[in-house]
Amino acid sequence: MSPEPEHGWIDPEVAAEFGDIELAQVTVPVGSGRPAPEIRDRLRYLSRRMSGAEAVAFRTRPIPQAYRVLFRHLGLDPDRERPPGEAIVIERLIHGEHRAENRLDDAITIAVAETGVPVWGLDEDKLSGPLGLRTARAGERLGTAEFADELPGGRLVIADDHGVVAVLFGRLASSHLVTKDTRSTRLFAIRAPQVPAIHLEEALLQCVDCLRL
Amino acid sequence: MVQLADRLLYPGAPSAPAGPRRVEEDAARRSLRGQIARLERHLADALVTGFPTHVIDVTVGGRGGPRLLDLGELEILRDDLAARLHAARAALVVRAERQRQARLLLEAMYADPRAHRFTRLPRAELGMPGCGSYEVRPRLGPVGMLTGWWQVKLSSGCPSAARGEPAYPPDRHGPPKSQAFAPLA
Repeated sequence: MSPEPEHGWIDPEVAAEFGDIELAQVTVPVGSGRPAPEIRDRLRYLSRRMSGAEAVAFRTRPIPQAYRVLFRHLGLDPDRERPPGEAIVIERLIHGEHRAENRLDDAITIAVAETGVPVWGLDEDKLSGPLGLRTARAGERLGTAEFADELPGGRLVIADDHGVVAVLFGRLASSHLVTKDTRSTRLFAIRAPQVPAIHLEEALLQCVDCLRL
Repeated sequence: MVQLADRLLYPGAPSAPAGPRRVEEDAARRSLRGQIARLERHLADALVTGFPTHVIDVTVGGRGGPRLLDLGELEILRDDLAARLHAARAALVVRAERQRQARLLLEAMYADPRAHRFTRLPRAELGMPGCGSYEVRPRLGPVGMLTGWWQVKLSSGCPSAARGEPAYPPDRHGPPKSQAFAPLA
């Protein structure tokens, strides 16, 4: 039985600006490692499913479109820092296939390609409390590593009880990444306004299913 | 800082009561976000409309995000998107006019091949994919030239991808001399 995704907290200032934006998370007692053969087969199937013309038209579909609009509202250029759904499609075009890498990345690739909703994973043992979305305070650092980058104040970030663990749609803290020693992974996903809530749950559960194979 | 701590501890708690100015600004921001969303959708449609024969530039730079943009920044972003959409639509209109002229030329080539001797019209000018060209050629080579027997032929298409070289290397041969369909001024 799959665990139930839980909602993360959203800072009221962010919620007031973006209304329906939502963060969901789920913990799965699995780390990364070599991908299962079934995952490789599924990646191959996904690779065959999209042609070049469909990839160009991808941005006009409702869910990728919703993330492009959210990127614009956040001050990001979706043609430069591509939304994860689009980035996977472009990588598929460049490489000619979805490349198998490791269990977590492959599970995320499948979930994002199937639903269009971006998913990330962090080491559960290094997190404290539920994840949420807020603006960074001046001088805050990305993670707890010794030389962690300082973030400009106002940057939108994913944070736990102790501090910032990721930049929204950006880098994850190196101190919280899933490694070969990870025993448990916290998956989280962001739902853009206009995206049906069911897609958020579906993305996380697909990722969990792939990780458990 | 205390307010921020309160908000983080009690995410569901209502924030400070909004004054009329704040309400007006929120309405303006909502309106701008709606306009930006519409412009982004139209830009995506413009890009797809131009594909695959015409690459439409739909890039509008970021604003150092991810962060909450203020009202002025949202306005500038809206204006930049609107300007880009205007340029993209103008490019599509020019392309449509060019394709219309190309179709008229093709009709004329079929109607009176002799009057369009050696005229060459690439398929891309007609908005068709592929590398082929329509060209008015003499039937049976010199015989057709001498007897005035001309026909429109469609070339076989793209050069072999395995060769890895363009159909007309400009440094060796230059553009085809018979290319009568010049770009629009």
